[in-house]
Amino acid sequence: MKVYVYKRFERFWHWSQAALVLSLLATGGEVHGTWHLLGWGRAAQVHTLLAYALLGLWAFAIFWHFTTGEWKQYVPTTHRLLEIGRFYAFGIFRGDHHPYHKTAAAKLNPLQRLAYLFLKLVINPLLIVSGLLYLYVNDWTAWGLGGLPLETVALVHTGAAFLMAAFVGVHVYLTTTGHTVFAHIKAMISGWEDLDEEPPADGKPHHPAAAE
Amino acid sequence: MPPHRRHSAPGLFPALLTLLAVFLLAFAARAADRPASAPSPGTAGSSTADHSRFEALKGPFKDGPDVTKVCLTCHNEAGHQVMKSVHWTWDYLNEKTGERLGKTRTMNSFCGSPLSNEPRCTSCHAGYGWTDKSFDFAKQENVDCLVCHDKTGTYKKIAHGAGHPVYEPTEFPAGSGKIMNPPDLAKVAQSVGDPGRENCGACHFNGGGGDGVKHGDLDSSLVKPARHVDVHMSPDGANMACSDCHTFNAHIPSGSRYATTAKDTHGKDLPHDDHNRATCESCHGDRPHAAQGKPKLDDHTDRVACQTCHIPEFARGGVATKMLWDWSTGGRKDANGKPVFIKDDHGHLIYSAEKGDFAYGENVRPHYAWFNGVTDQTTLTEKIDDSDILVLNRFAGGADDPKARIWPFKEMRGKQPYDPVNKTLVVNHVWGPKGDDTAFWNGFDYEKSIKAGMAYAGMPYSGTYGFIETRMYWPITHMVAPKEDAVACEECHARDGRLADLGGFYMPGRDRNALLDLAGFALAGLVGAGVAGHALLRILSRLFRRRS
Repeated sequence: MKVYVYKRFERFWHWSQAALVLSLLATGGEVHGTWHLLGWGRAAQVHTLLAYALLGLWAFAIFWHFTTGEWKQYVPTTHRLLEIGRFYAFGIFRGDHHPYHKTAAAKLNPLQRLAYLFLKLVINPLLIVSGLLYLYVNDWTAWGLGGLPLETVALVHTGAAFLMAAFVGVHVYLTTTGHTVFAHIKAMISGWEDLDEEPPADGKPHHPAAAE
Repeated sequence: MPPHRRHSAPGLFPALLTLLAVFLLAFAARAADRPASAPSPGTAGSSTADHSRFEALKGPFKDGPDVTKVCLTCHNEAGHQVMKSVHWTWDYLNEKTGERLGKTRTMNSFCGSPLSNEPRCTSCHAGYGWTDKSFDFAKQENVDCLVCHDKTGTYKKIAHGAGHPVYEPTEFPAGSGKIMNPPDLAKVAQSVGDPGRENCGACHFNGGGGDGVKHGDLDSSLVKPARHVDVHMSPDGANMACSDCHTFNAHIPSGSRYATTAKDTHGKDLPHDDHNRATCESCHGDRPHAAQGKPKLDDHTDRVACQTCHIPEFARGGVATKMLWDWSTGGRKDANGKPVFIKDDHGHLIYSAEKGDFAYGENVRPHYAWFNGVTDQTTLTEKIDDSDILVLNRFAGGADDPKARIWPFKEMRGKQPYDPVNKTLVVNHVWGPKGDDTAFWNGFDYEKSIKAGMAYAGMPYSGTYGFIETRMYWPITHMVAPKEDAVACEECHARDGRLADLGGFYMPGRDRNALLDLAGFALAGLVGAGVAGHALLRILSRLFRRRS
């Protein structure tokens, strides 16, 4: 049945974040010297503006997650993790059903929980901290960071960007593994998704362990 | 269960709008270009005295010193002031290195030394009669007031007159049939004023023996430059004179090649408190870009000299500058025993029996190096290392020196005579009066000319000479281009940009860690291959399942 899984803000956040991250990768690659699109100066300027836009978006997203309680979607669990790994490694080729029963209240499978949590707690903070330091390189001495080499900060930022690119690649591919190739993407656009079972009658989010 | 609404407008739309707005902002940031500022009068006279009405200046004057004596009757401190300036002393003590410098000590890759060649070289001395070592530096009337203060444009010193103009009609150059007429000294004396570009340029545009030869950023094109050549001096730009920046305090000029202010942390010289406007920062401050909407550029000013971005090339005014001077080939004569002179298609002398081989450059991209203002010059008496190319002036500073900035330089390549036994550079006696065959430009014999030069200088000379390849670096600071012509970001922030050879610091766009890049792209490749393989298996397995 059709269930309303992704709220309006959630979809806005997701897609604008996707556009920002892709544009940041494109302009960041130019700042890094890997390719030439806008010219270095323009690339650096746009990269900076996009970064602030993304920071603003993240501030709203964090606020939204905490006020709505949606943050609980990311509480990690190893429950049935192996099963899901096995599904992607073997079951998917046999035409098995996805072993995780997605509901609006627990819409992320354990593998997603771990991957997104890693994104939010490791990759994003690395990018934010190294990126802000990079932007304010001239203030390091005043901040007591005079001994920090720019190279270190630049390399952390570059490394984290590579991880982000890898995440995006895997993430986009896995969206094609739904009932149909575009089922997940359509759901993220409209908010409605065909789920196997009804969400709990009370509509309240609950812990994944209780979802079974 | 809460009521669900169908959402016809998906969240993607506002997201795209946001992104569009961000891009528009980024592109709009560049748009604001101000119109060129109105021409300012420069140093147009506002003097309280009309010199044409002074009886004492009506003349007649028999020579330059005769004029100076009259000037000093009113300007009774001026002589003493000039005599303290480097324009008079040609003597400089670099307090940072302890080196005693000045034109008779500091070696260059151009003409060599004024010693033994005085009458020729001292045509650019702000005085009269420095013909040899016996010149009296204490004699006030030997100060030449007119060379700096003449406003008629008729007062010219003859090339080998030891600072004097001609007082009789004289054929110059000798044998050319051209007659150089003496200036009307009374008229010149009555029309004195603040020094203009022509006054300073008479010597400073001709350093090294000709127009634009030495500096690369100073030549006759700056008398009336187009805006794109020099935004400050152009009549279509700020229309400034040299002394608007090189402020004089009691006849002492500011701005020095011996002790350069590589980083002016004092900033704006307002209201004229450090009496030195010879740095860009004196007027523009050290963070001038934020007001133009480009604050990120201000993050560069602590490590990059203004000149590095704002003088994209030197010798831009149509006057070529000398890039190479090879003395070792000098002295060639043709079958008739006449000295050889060869010009190229542009009329530039590329070989001269008097001086050797030359190469020229126009619109030259500078050489870049760290510079903290301290220069170690090679002096005449200094022991040199002849095992490698000799750098005549060595700049201190590096990426790890907070007082250093990246500066642009003209790199002058030279090959000049030296004493391979005593390991010193030598004085080459090039100019002498007719009949002095020890002078190289008369006798074309290094054996004699170096011996004579060294004897004159009182320097030990082994009697053997060789030629050593040299480099000399001239800080580029004039010919500031309009901001729209400034060096663009990507000319340095690139793998093979202008600063490709400058080490010791990390620069985005130029530098990377090859290992990290390899790992990163390997990861991306693995993701790509994994995804493609997985997708292929899905398609194949589906086809297989359908069939069975």
